[in-house]
Amino acid sequence: MSSETTHAAHHEGEEHESMTKKKIWSVFWILLGITTIEFIIALYLVPHGIIPLKAANPVYIILTLFKAFYIIAYFMHLKFERVGLIYAVVVPVLFIIGLILVLTNESHHWIDLRA
Amino acid sequence: MSTAVSPIDEVKTTPWSGGRSPFSVEYGKIMMWFFLLSDAFTFSSLLIAYGALRFSSVSWPAADLIFQSVPGTSIEHGAPLVFVGIMTFILIMSSVTMVLGVEAGHRGAKKEVAIWLVLTVVGGFMFLGCQALEWRHLFSEGFGWGHIPKDLGEFFHKDATPSAAYTQQFANLFFTITGFHGFHVFTGVIINIIILVNVLVGTYEKRGSYLMVEKVGLYWHFVDLVWVFVFTFFYLV
Repeated sequence: MSSETTHAAHHEGEEHESMTKKKIWSVFWILLGITTIEFIIALYLVPHGIIPLKAANPVYIILTLFKAFYIIAYFMHLKFERVGLIYAVVVPVLFIIGLILVLTNESHHWIDLRA
Repeated sequence: MSTAVSPIDEVKTTPWSGGRSPFSVEYGKIMMWFFLLSDAFTFSSLLIAYGALRFSSVSWPAADLIFQSVPGTSIEHGAPLVFVGIMTFILIMSSVTMVLGVEAGHRGAKKEVAIWLVLTVVGGFMFLGCQALEWRHLFSEGFGWGHIPKDLGEFFHKDATPSAAYTQQFANLFFTITGFHGFHVFTGVIINIIILVNVLVGTYEKRGSYLMVEKVGLYWHFVDLVWVFVFTFFYLV
C-alpha cells in the first residue's frame, strides 16, 4: 500500500509535462504573428480606410485576449496544472469582468453629466 | 472471512478527498499565483479607470499622433507604433528566454539556465532603457504628471476638439500605468539577477530542483502579460 502511494505521488510529479523547446518557439511565433496582425491593422488597414476604427478596436481586444491566453496557458504553464488550480486562478477574473461592465456603464452616465 | 471492502470503507483517491493538496503544486508556487492574481486586480483597476475616463470624454488625444517618433533617433514624425513595437518585441523575446531557462531547469542543466537568465536580464534592461527614452522624449514635449504642452492641436485628429482637461487625464494615466508597469519590470529584473546569482552559486543544484526559477518565471511572464494589455489600450485602441 505504501509503495503504491509513493508511486502515485511520483507519478503525479511526472505528470507535469514540461514545455518542449519546439513548443516554446511555436508559441513565440504565434505571439509575434498576432502582434504583426495588429500592426497591419493599425498601420495599413485603418489609415487606408479599409477598416473603420470603430471596427478595429474590438478586433484589437480579441487579439489581445488571444495573446493573453497563450502567455498564461503555455508560458505560465497553467494549461498543464490541476483543474483546481486553473479554476482558482481563472474564476476570480469574473470580478474584473464585473468591474469592466459596471464602470463602462457608469462612464456613459458621466458623459451625460458633463454635456 | 471475506476480504471484500464495502464501498463505504474504500479509500478515496480523488484530488479533493484529503491527505494531499488538490492543486498538487508546491506552496511557494501557488502563493505566487495568488500574488499575481491580486496584482492582476490592481492593474485591471488602473486600466479600467483609464477606460472609464476615456469613454466619458468628449474628445481624446490620438495615440498615433502622440507616439509617432522613435526616441533616440532623428525620426520625429510619421512613425507611429514603431518604437513601441520594438519594446513589445523585446519583452516577448525576454519572456521566451525565461521559459527556455525554466525548460533547462527541468533538465537540471545549470549552465543553460544561467545563459537564458542572463539573456532575460539583458532583455529587461533593454525594455527599461526604451521606456526611459520614451518618457524623456514625452517630457521634452511637455508631457508629465500635471504637465501638458501648450499647443495641443497636433495631438488631436482633425474631427476632434483639442481639450486640455482630457489631455491632462491622458498624461496622468499614461505615466501612472506605464510607470507602475515599469516598476514591475524593474523589480522583475532585480529578482532575476538574484536568482541568476543563486544559479551560479549552485543553490538550486544543491536543492535538487530549479523550482525557484519557475516561480520567478511566473512573475516575469505576468509582467509581459500586463504589457500586452497596456500596449493595446494605450497605443492601439
